[in-house]
Amino acid sequence: MQYKSQAVAKPYFIAAIGLFVGQILFGLIIGLQYVIGDFLFPEIPFNVARMVHTNLLIVWLLFGFMGAAYYLVPEEAERELVSPGLAILMFWIFLVAGALTILGYLLVPYSGLAEMTGNSLLPTMGREFLEQPTITKIGIVIVALAFLFNVGMTVLKGRKTVVSLVLLIGLTGLALLFLFAFYNPDNLVKDKFYWWWVVHLWVEGVWELILGSILAFVLIKTTGVDREVIEKWLYVIIAMTLITGIIGTGHHFYWIGTPEYWQWWGSIFSALEPIPFFMMTVFAFNMVNRRRRNHPNKAAVLWALGTAVMAFLGAGVWGFLHTLSPVNYYTHGSQITAAHGHMAFYGAYVMIVLTMISYAMPMLRGREAANSNRSQVLEMWSFWLMTVSIVFITLFLTGAGILQVYLQRYSADPLPFMVVQDKIALFYWMREVAGVMFLIGLLTYIASFFVGGKEPEAVVAATEGA
Amino acid sequence: MSQAFTKAMARNIFYGGSAFFILLFLALTFDTHSALPDRDNRQNLTEQVAHGKALWEENNCIGCHSLLGEGAYFAPELGNAYQRLGGADGIKGFIMSRPKDGIPGRRSMPQFNFTPEELDAIAAFLKYSSEINTANWPPNIQG
Repeated sequence: MQYKSQAVAKPYFIAAIGLFVGQILFGLIIGLQYVIGDFLFPEIPFNVARMVHTNLLIVWLLFGFMGAAYYLVPEEAERELVSPGLAILMFWIFLVAGALTILGYLLVPYSGLAEMTGNSLLPTMGREFLEQPTITKIGIVIVALAFLFNVGMTVLKGRKTVVSLVLLIGLTGLALLFLFAFYNPDNLVKDKFYWWWVVHLWVEGVWELILGSILAFVLIKTTGVDREVIEKWLYVIIAMTLITGIIGTGHHFYWIGTPEYWQWWGSIFSALEPIPFFMMTVFAFNMVNRRRRNHPNKAAVLWALGTAVMAFLGAGVWGFLHTLSPVNYYTHGSQITAAHGHMAFYGAYVMIVLTMISYAMPMLRGREAANSNRSQVLEMWSFWLMTVSIVFITLFLTGAGILQVYLQRYSADPLPFMVVQDKIALFYWMREVAGVMFLIGLLTYIASFFVGGKEPEAVVAATEGA
Repeated sequence: MSQAFTKAMARNIFYGGSAFFILLFLALTFDTHSALPDRDNRQNLTEQVAHGKALWEENNCIGCHSLLGEGAYFAPELGNAYQRLGGADGIKGFIMSRPKDGIPGRRSMPQFNFTPEELDAIAAFLKYSSEINTANWPPNIQG
């Protein structure tokens, strides 16, 4: 670790992993509720458990992004963080606010939580992914502003690189677009239209900038390829992201009351959205092949390559699968959507955070550059367990989705929703089994932090050295 | 990438391309706003409908159902529930009749203990939603 203040990243990463476990446990609960409908009913109804599953995902990814920024920015800016104390304070505020919100979901009926937190004063609750009480949303804005101030000032006062600039643009966009979460008109069409300004422009817009810059940082560090080359790639990738992704928002405006020309804009531009992801894959493999040195942290390089491949498959390929409006007419709001959501979030955002943790954590824990071989081998096992599991979860949900679309929407004699759900239950069972595999992978991942701690660091074999 | 293609060129594509497409998106947004009055059923957006929407949100209905295809996929689509369940009485009857402790082994909607006035508001909200011009989505009555 080159700068002392990079150490603030460590609690962020630990919190991220802890909340990740919670996310997966609740994922298993809702997966089971799909086939055993009364599981935990009425104590934890499906809607509550799902809200915990999705909100924990968002919160832990935000912890991961912030931790990544706090680690990366000092090294890029070549100076200490402006205020490590502010970073630690914000960590605790965010963690406590997040924990209270999750406890609120679990312990109070949602309508009671809305009443307790004065939702009627500024109604923002009860919309997918934005279920947090308004007061929590205000807290998120405050934490985001303090965080942006901290990393922004550090960049301004230090060396300005493309990596930190792109990261800052992504994080600023994240904070600004979140403000649309406070706009909730009575008009349902307008409500939905601007809800996507948060949701789509996050995950298919500014978050990709954050993803690209973290990936570029880790590749610079692990491959030793010239920064100029990597930064050029980064610019081209994020240019394609925004060129395709902004108008690509139109693929959400087919059936929600917005004008029908969006079917053209949305289909054409979102069909191009896989391009930046494909470029990211080419980029990552190219840089690793052209590496000037072998980095002893092989696990981090594996995660980096895995991110590029899985983001392309999950976000790119599975997104394309149902993005054209004539196809989406039948698949909209089906298990196909769920299949895409799982692999895209894992491939793009879970994996980039784990890439950064894998790269940074050995240094944060006092190593020179990498964990011991034993620890890395276990970590790589967890990589494969989790990645293969998510592939199977996605395939089973895709199977369920194809059958659902056919039986409920396409066949000459469409069947009611619940009749179809019963018919495709086998796929939900297989998804649940894959989910248990995923949890085993995650526990393996956590175990990798606790093995081989006393053994010497992995080193690059002399014959391998470039 | 080749040497002829410089980092400065890549940067300019990023800034120029992004600026252009942000402006295009804003222009399309502006046009969408001017087209919405004919599509979004705002003439029927009454106080009661707004109350129904608030109840929809404060009970997290979207956590199980989808509305115009968006939400969770655990329970049926509700954008056409008004037609599928046979109007306001069908909707109200279904919500009222949910058993408090669920149905053994099966998915069940919780019992929310709505007042008659609240039930009317929810039904009015679902009626208003069902009359939005959604380009003929969903494909059939099953949602």
